[in-house]
Amino acid sequence: MILDVILRVAAKMFIPFIIMFGLYVQLHGDFGPGGGFQAGVIIAAAVILYAIVFGKDAAVRMVPKWAVELMVPLGVLIFAGVGVWSLLMGGEYLNYNVLLHAGEPIGTYDAVHGQHWGVFLVEIGVLVTVTGTMLTIFYSFTGRGRPDA
Amino acid sequence: MVLLTLLAAITVGIIRTRNLFAVVVLSGAYSFLMASVMIVLDGVDVAMTEASVGAGISTVLVLGALYLTKIQEDPPRYSAFIPLAVCAAAGAMLIYGTWDLPPFGTAAQPVNTHVGAYYIAENARETDIPNIVTAVLASYRGFDTLGEVTVIFTAGIGVMLLLKRWRDV
Amino acid sequence: MPDVTSDPLFEAIATNYNYWITIFLMVSGLYIVVARSNMIKSLVGLGIFQTSVYLLYLSPGKILGGSAPILSENVETYSNPLPHVLILTAIVVGVATLALGLALTVRVHEAYGTIEEDEITEIVDREDHAE
Repeated sequence: MILDVILRVAAKMFIPFIIMFGLYVQLHGDFGPGGGFQAGVIIAAAVILYAIVFGKDAAVRMVPKWAVELMVPLGVLIFAGVGVWSLLMGGEYLNYNVLLHAGEPIGTYDAVHGQHWGVFLVEIGVLVTVTGTMLTIFYSFTGRGRPDA
Repeated sequence: MVLLTLLAAITVGIIRTRNLFAVVVLSGAYSFLMASVMIVLDGVDVAMTEASVGAGISTVLVLGALYLTKIQEDPPRYSAFIPLAVCAAAGAMLIYGTWDLPPFGTAAQPVNTHVGAYYIAENARETDIPNIVTAVLASYRGFDTLGEVTVIFTAGIGVMLLLKRWRDV
Repeated sequence: MPDVTSDPLFEAIATNYNYWITIFLMVSGLYIVVARSNMIKSLVGLGIFQTSVYLLYLSPGKILGGSAPILSENVETYSNPLPHVLILTAIVVGVATLALGLALTVRVHEAYGTIEEDEITEIVDREDHAE
């Protein structure tokens, strides 16, 4: 069927660009609108587009279920881990000022760079969890099957 | 103004339509209009999130649920007069409450002066991040974001518990 | 044409118009949740209610003549960033709630065969009386 061919070719051209746009939104979250949530949803939308056009089995072969289910708690772990790192470096929980040591005077902290690293890691944690959850929900809904079908 | 009127018109359409597939399409259009209104109100981060989440993921999820249930809604059984009266009364009381609100868009309102102005003033010195919304979300209000990620995690686990077939299909 | 923009009624309408539309959206979302018995339509109505609350939070934060809260050199006033942060969280929590509500609806449909709340209360009443 010709319409099928158009869909497949168009989807194959779009999906890499969608993933790249998602990564752009994530990494430029500091300089323009963006951040973890938007990027996570965009990357999940790319995989959902692949599943809609090529069938659910092809999508599950590409992004397997155990990987998606692993991503869901991994993001929360990264986020909480940044907080624990702050505790280990001597500050309060999730205090980004104490994450990195400064150069010359031993014992002081590099506050601005610590903030940069903290925000970067936290946004990555958010991205992983949001992508994992959206894909898990999608796989659960489409994997159910109608009882009378 | 035009955008807001279109929003109201689409909402009336959603109420009146009985075919649920059409309701889903209309709600996607509604999310897109809401994102445009948010851009006019200077919330660019919020608009991007509303567009991607509301018009993207919500539509996919409701379509997935519609595939597993039925598409046509039954005609209402009880008269709709009492809910209409209650909603109209609540709306009238709320409109009466808006007469006292400060005029739209001034910088001297209490909502714009205390904490918001502090974040705008101190952000460049403390964290060198140009996007103030990301800085506040990840650094100044980091605990709220941790709670939000936990809520998403809980929702994912809840849906897995409800809908996953453990004997793999 | 008479000068419309200095008319006090027009001024009152123009400054309050977005609050009134917000209230209209809120009330219509509430009406859908209360008056319609189809579960999926109730969930969509709940979503409309939530988005109207986002508008309610966002409109006082806008400063006329300001720009988006991203630090840049040729801008003098910024709009208030605090409501944006709260609404960002609220949007994502809203979609999580929607996903869980839809999963529950699917299970209810499998258990009772229908998703209209009137029919479900009838079936439950019949089962209670039959015992």
